[in-house]
Amino acid sequence: MNGRSESGTMALLIPAIVFVLLLFLFPFGYGLFMSLTKADGSFSLANYIRFFQDARDVRTIGVTLGIAVPVTLLAVGLAVPLSYHMRRGVPGERLITFFLIVPVTLGTVLVSEGMLTFMGPNGWLNQLIMALCLSKTPVRFTHNYTGVAISVGLQGFPYAFLMLLGYVSGINPDLEKASQMLGANKWQTFWKVLFPLMVPGIAISFCLNFVMAFSVFPSAVLLGQPSGPQRVIAYAAYQWAFEKFNFNAAAAISMVMAAIELAVIALILAWRSKMYKGASIVGKG
Amino acid sequence: MRDFKCISVRRMSKRFGEKLAVDDFSLEFGKEEFVTFLGPSGCGKSTALNCITGLIPITSGEIFIDDECIDDAHRSVPPEKREFGMVFQNYALFPHLTVKENVAFGLKLRKLGKAEVERRVGDALRLVHLDGYASKFPAQMSGGEQQRVAIARCIVLEPRLLLLDEPLSNLDAKLRVELRYELKALHERLRVTTIYVTHDQTEALALSDRIVVLRLGKIQQVGTPEIIFSDPANPFVADFVGFKNAWDGRIESLEEKGGVLSARVRTKGGLLEARLSYSESDPRRAGIVAAFKAGHTVTTAIRPEDIVAGVRSGSNVFRCVADLVEYQGHANSISACIKGCEEARVDLRSGSSVSFGESFEASVDPDKVLLFASGAAQ
Repeated sequence: MNGRSESGTMALLIPAIVFVLLLFLFPFGYGLFMSLTKADGSFSLANYIRFFQDARDVRTIGVTLGIAVPVTLLAVGLAVPLSYHMRRGVPGERLITFFLIVPVTLGTVLVSEGMLTFMGPNGWLNQLIMALCLSKTPVRFTHNYTGVAISVGLQGFPYAFLMLLGYVSGINPDLEKASQMLGANKWQTFWKVLFPLMVPGIAISFCLNFVMAFSVFPSAVLLGQPSGPQRVIAYAAYQWAFEKFNFNAAAAISMVMAAIELAVIALILAWRSKMYKGASIVGKG
Repeated sequence: MRDFKCISVRRMSKRFGEKLAVDDFSLEFGKEEFVTFLGPSGCGKSTALNCITGLIPITSGEIFIDDECIDDAHRSVPPEKREFGMVFQNYALFPHLTVKENVAFGLKLRKLGKAEVERRVGDALRLVHLDGYASKFPAQMSGGEQQRVAIARCIVLEPRLLLLDEPLSNLDAKLRVELRYELKALHERLRVTTIYVTHDQTEALALSDRIVVLRLGKIQQVGTPEIIFSDPANPFVADFVGFKNAWDGRIESLEEKGGVLSARVRTKGGLLEARLSYSESDPRRAGIVAAFKAGHTVTTAIRPEDIVAGVRSGSNVFRCVADLVEYQGHANSISACIKGCEEARVDLRSGSSVSFGESFEASVDPDKVLLFASGAAQ
C-alpha cells in the first residue's frame, strides 16, 4: 500500500473519530471532571467520600449487583445450551428468533407496563395460577425483586442468545465429527471442543449483558420498589441529579458505576484468557 | 486394536429426500488394504465414506466387520465406538489445543496413563516428522503440517479402519505430492486398512491397492489401478481416467482372427478401426464377441496422447484443424476439429509443433482405441 492511499484511508476515519470524541470521550471526561469538583468548581474528592459514607447510597451497589449478576448468569446460562441445540438450524427458527427480538424492539417501558398488568395481583397469570390451584393467594411478581429480574432478563436474553448462536454456528462442524471419530460422545464433545471454542463468545455476551443489566433503571422504577429494596445505583444517580440537583454527586455515582462495570469486565476477560489460549479466530480449523 | 479379517459393506444406500446419494453400494475391504473412492464432485464418494463411519445414518443395507454387524440401518454402533479414524479435507484440528493435546485427545478419552499417552504421542509425531512441534497451536502451522497432525491424531489410536476424505485437496500442488509420498510410505509401514476419497486420478492411481469409481452414487468399476487405467469398464470411467476423446459411431464390419477382434466404426469424423485383443482362453472373449455386432451403435474412447501427428501406414488417419493449442511443458495439448466436425483432444509431444488454425494429419493405432457398446454408461 502506498502512502497516498494510506493517508486516504486514515481520512475516512475522521467522522468516526469526531463522533467518538464528541459523544463519548467529551461527556465522559466532563463527568469525571464534575465528579472531582465541588459546586464552586474547586477540586475535591468530597463527592466520592460522601457516596461511600452514605449507607443508603452504598447499599445500591449490592442491590444492583444482586440483580445484574444472577440475571446475566441465568441469561447466558440459558443461551449456551439453546444456541448449541440450534447451531445447525431447527424447524421454526425464524419464529423463535422473532419472539426473542420483539421485547427488545418494543422497549423496556412497554414490556414493563405489560408485565404490570399481565403479572399483577389481578392479572391473567395470577388468575391462571389460582384457577389451577397452585396458590390460594395471588403470587407477587411485580413491585419486587422478581419483577425487576424478569424484566431485565427478558431484555438481556435475546442479545446473549443471538450473539452465541452466531458464534456456535460459525464453528467448523467437522470439529464435532473429528471429536466423535476420536471416541468422544456428545457430552464429551461439547465440554472438550465446543464449549472451549464458545468461551470468547460467552465472555463477550456476558460483558454486554452485565453492563446493560447493571445500568437497570426503567425496570426497577416500574416493576420494583425504587425507593426501597430495589433502589438501584442508576436510580440513586438520578435522584442526586434531578431531585437534589447536585450534578457533581450524581457524576461521582456514575463514575463508581463505570468502575464496577470495568472491574467485572476485566474479571470476565481474565477468565476468558485462562480458558482459551489458542487461536483468536474460531472455527477455521 | 481389535483384530479382524474383512470389513464388508452390503447393499448400502443413503437417501437425502428424493436423491439417492449412495445407491446399492456393496464392497469388501480386506485387512491392510488401501482402497480409493474415485469420482467427480457430487458422485457420493464422501457420503459413502461418512456412512461407513456412522456419521451419516444409512437408509438401508448392512455393514459388517467379520461377522459383527455394526450397522443395519436400524441399529448401529455409534461412530465413537467403531474404532475408526478419520482425516478431513479441512484438517479439523481443535484450534484451542496444542499439537500435543490434539494428538493426545483420543488417548485421554481412553483413560490411558500419563506416561503411555506421552510416549505414544511422541511416537506418532515422530512418525509424521513433527517432533518439536508439540507445543505449537494449529494456527501457527502450514496446511501440510496441520494435515500431518490430523493423521498423527488418528494413527496414534491404532484404528481398525482409517478414512481419509480428500486429505490433500486443500494443499498446494507441491505439498500435495510430498504428502502423497508420505501417506504411501506410512501405509507401507503401518499397514492400516485405509479408505481414501479423492477426485484426483493421479492420487488414486499412485496410492491404491484397489480403486472404486463412483458416479451418481453408483459403483461404476472396482479394480486395481492398472485395470482402471487401461481397461475402463464404461465410457464414464474411461473419460475419468483420461480417454478424453469419446466419439459415437456405428459398427460397419467386424472381423475376428486369432484372438483379435477388429471393428470398423463409422464416426462423424470418418472410419475408425479398433482392435480388441484377448487370448483364446480369455473368459471375457464370449462377452466381447456377443457385445459387438455389425450395425450396433458404439462409443469409442481414445487418450489424447495416443493420437500422433503425421501419417502412419494403415488406417485411422484424420485431417484436423487446430482450434486451441496449450503448451503444457511435456506436451502440447491441442483441441482440434476433424473434418466432419468431431471434436478431438490431441497431446503432441513438445517438439512437434502445430499452431492455431493449422491443418495437420493425425493418426491413432487401432490397438489404442477402446470400444463400448452404447448404453454401457449405466
